[in-house]
Amino acid sequence: MSDSIYELWREAINDHRPVALATVIEGENLGAKLIVGDGIDSQGTLGDADLDRVVVRDTIGELAGGRSGIRHYGPHGEAREDAVSVFIESFAPPPHMLIFGAVDFTGALVKIAKVMGYRVTVCDAREVFATKRRFPNADEVVVDWPHRHLEKVGDRLGQRDAVCVLTHDHKFDVPAIQAALATEVGYLGAMGSRRTCAERLERLAQAGADMEQVAARLHAPIGLDLGGRTPEETAIAICAEVIAARTGRVSSSLSDTTGSIH
Amino acid sequence: MKEIMNDIDRWRRSGHKVALARVVDIEGSGPRLPGASMAVSDTGEVAGSVSGGCVEGAVVSEALDILATGERRLVTFGYSDDEAFAVGLTCGGTIHLFIEPLDW
Repeated sequence: MSDSIYELWREAINDHRPVALATVIEGENLGAKLIVGDGIDSQGTLGDADLDRVVVRDTIGELAGGRSGIRHYGPHGEAREDAVSVFIESFAPPPHMLIFGAVDFTGALVKIAKVMGYRVTVCDAREVFATKRRFPNADEVVVDWPHRHLEKVGDRLGQRDAVCVLTHDHKFDVPAIQAALATEVGYLGAMGSRRTCAERLERLAQAGADMEQVAARLHAPIGLDLGGRTPEETAIAICAEVIAARTGRVSSSLSDTTGSIH
Repeated sequence: MKEIMNDIDRWRRSGHKVALARVVDIEGSGPRLPGASMAVSDTGEVAGSVSGGCVEGAVVSEALDILATGERRLVTFGYSDDEAFAVGLTCGGTIHLFIEPLDW
């Protein structure tokens, strides 16, 4: 007996495999479903072969963009008709946060990033610091030079992902930032005092980094100006900046602004 | 969805029926995006949420009714001049939920 659609859906979500579920929410065959995803060769039916074909195509598209929403069709999948409404629900895998540097602030950042739904990797070249015992909440702890790790995983980073460089040691930071700039990662930040950050910029220039890219993409010193000091407060300032970078907002208190909240 | 699956599994393992309510559309201000989901067991236990707590009580009643009748449906909550909704969102938005038995 094959697995039920719910079973396929549940397993994909639990394994972080991309999956999308299409459900008829108005029209004939209310509640009928089909599912598509990585390793799932479209199962289920909405009750009409032509409708299925069109909805499978649209569902694959919505899944690629990580979008969920309602689409309307004619009874056989015709466009610009609305006999059938289908809710397509996409589950893209969680975004990834790569934290370089197994320092005091790292543990707090792992915790806050996990609360925000990130899959979190901690990477440091020093094996005494980069241990699973020190970062029990991290999904993965890697002992490697940051730029070497980025060479391995960098092509999997996208707009929803984040790279946070907390080492504040130029010999690690500079190649890590250069390697991160070569990826499509949506957020890149590096920790350090004003002086460290200024020095790092000089070293990046000396190392031949594209300084226009650095100016456009590198957030350093990392984090919003919340004025906090503790590792936890700093982690919140970093995560808040990650959100603001994604939404393109200039962060200020909602009580000081007008306009839509979301 | 992931966070409510353990509860769903537990209820189903002990032989309970489960209804699933999913946000399918929002208009105006709404706290949760399409895909936000809430599960209700036939004993009225709840996992997850579909708003900021504004409509969850009403969703439980709808879900229990749907489990009793087996009739899945679209349910709308929000403010409107021409329709008398029993429950509204304090943010002034409207949410559309699809509520159905988890029989698939």
